[in-house]
Amino acid sequence: MNHTADVKNVIKKNIEKNKNKKREKIIPNLFLLAASISILTTVGIVLTLAFDAYKFFAKVPLKEIFSTELAPLAVNPSFGILPLISGTIITSIIAMCVAIPIGLTAAIYLSEYAKESHRKILKPIMELLAGIPTIVYGFFAYSFVTPLLMNLIPSLGAKNALSPGIVMGIMIIPMVTSLSEDAMNSVPNAMREGALALGSTKLEVAIKVVLPAATSGIISSFVLAISRAIGETMIVTIASGSSKNFTLDITQSMQTMTAYIVEFTSGDAGSGTVGYYSLYAVGLILFIFTLLMNLLAQYISRRYREEY
Amino acid sequence: MNNRTKTRLLLDKLAHKAFLLSALFALLILGILIYRMGTQSIGWLNFEFLKNNLSIFPEKSGIYGAIIGSLRLMAVIAPVTIILGVSTAIYLEEYAHKGKLQSFINMNISNLSGVPSVIFGLLGLTVFGRMLNLGSSILAGGLTMSLLVLPIVVVSSQEAIRAVPNYLRDASYAMGASNWTVIRTVVLPSAVPGILTGTILSLSRAIGETAPLVVLGIPTLILKVPTSVMDDFTTLPIQIYYWTLDTVLTPEYANLAAATSIVLIIMLFLMNSFAIYIRNKFQKRY
Repeated sequence: MNHTADVKNVIKKNIEKNKNKKREKIIPNLFLLAASISILTTVGIVLTLAFDAYKFFAKVPLKEIFSTELAPLAVNPSFGILPLISGTIITSIIAMCVAIPIGLTAAIYLSEYAKESHRKILKPIMELLAGIPTIVYGFFAYSFVTPLLMNLIPSLGAKNALSPGIVMGIMIIPMVTSLSEDAMNSVPNAMREGALALGSTKLEVAIKVVLPAATSGIISSFVLAISRAIGETMIVTIASGSSKNFTLDITQSMQTMTAYIVEFTSGDAGSGTVGYYSLYAVGLILFIFTLLMNLLAQYISRRYREEY
Repeated sequence: MNNRTKTRLLLDKLAHKAFLLSALFALLILGILIYRMGTQSIGWLNFEFLKNNLSIFPEKSGIYGAIIGSLRLMAVIAPVTIILGVSTAIYLEEYAHKGKLQSFINMNISNLSGVPSVIFGLLGLTVFGRMLNLGSSILAGGLTMSLLVLPIVVVSSQEAIRAVPNYLRDASYAMGASNWTVIRTVVLPSAVPGILTGTILSLSRAIGETAPLVVLGIPTLILKVPTSVMDDFTTLPIQIYYWTLDTVLTPEYANLAAATSIVLIIMLFLMNSFAIYIRNKFQKRY
């Protein structure tokens, strides 16, 4: 009797062991499945964009695509992409003119000059600024910054490229600051102390020692910031409007690639029209633009990083 | 002191002041923004505003439906991102061999985090909206947003898991624990605060996002409060967007947009503070 109970126990234990073995084999595969979702997302993005963009490129002649004439809802629709590209580049340049000087100098202040107590106050404020939703910035640009700028530039349109450009720059400042500051913080103190011991001022240490040593991180933060500006949607949609003019006049309304996508999806473009496919073509170009920027940023920070 | 030294010292002083101004610029903007929204929403932001539904009359309009919509959206995003994000992080940190597959997935995730949100909108519109026929429901919006914020959860979970010291793992292995047992009983419990912080931050990013939902085709005016995940819905940012678009015709909408912005900012602020609180309170230092 006792003996059979022992055998039963052994069998039970063995079954359990096998179960555990099976479990140990299955579980990693489940996790791999979850991890593959991220790859599937990328594949999904590329496929959806490429599939419908292909239909667009098949229907619209290249000459038309590279024209400055964009009128998707006209009787004779025309799909020139240059107005969108110029709108995107111009608003991004304005944003960079705000974000780079202010973001970089703020980073120098935080990493080279600020006392620990000041850093502890300023860093969370930067994080708060970074956490404000872009739609709020958009509303702010349209209802506050544009009227403010109108006092300075009377010819400014109610929708224009200047105001969203500036506000987009403000939105990006925290990103430039925190990435550049990280880069500067990784410069070893021995280098600063060496320069200070030779009689340099803090400014000279910052400009002649720290900045050169942190160049790769700083440049890659700029590139990431540009990519962020190119992909930013709501600020430009609200404050820059939807004029599809090919113009360099920043006091007038212009449309970015992102704003075009938003305008068209919330509009009446039915599925299957050329206008609908143009959405995906613009999306594909936008995706390639930002992907290249991100890869470039990664490349710069890896290739030119100085190891200490 | 000779003149050259004087100039150098002066320059240093000036630069110090100028750099400080740059850093204070952020504070200034934040102040202006909050002040401006605050003054615009005086008289509009009250209990009625939070409790009422949308209405064609600005005075009677409220954001109850939008608040519920945002909360329900979060209720879809949170489980999806936690399950997918944490599993991905566990795979990458605990199971994957250091090699091509691991670095490929890592690179893929860092590239995904740089893809503009509007593109995720197009993905959601095509895959969830049209192919799976979810339309512009909460489920479609939630799944789209989940993919958008997934990289945030993965990266923060990875960091949390990596911060668990190896000697804890080794000790459990030495006692005969299996791989999964170690992860379940040792690694994950120590990593929970970091994972939670990342999840809350990703949720706060998600409920502030507008573009993907607009692309999904969230209708302009929804008077019904959503009751199931298949219902159409609106969220706070969407509401701000539509009110801002119509300020030309109805100036009062600017006040409504400002009041909604304040509510949204307060919500995000509370969530972020909670995340920081968890991080500081529960994070063990080894």
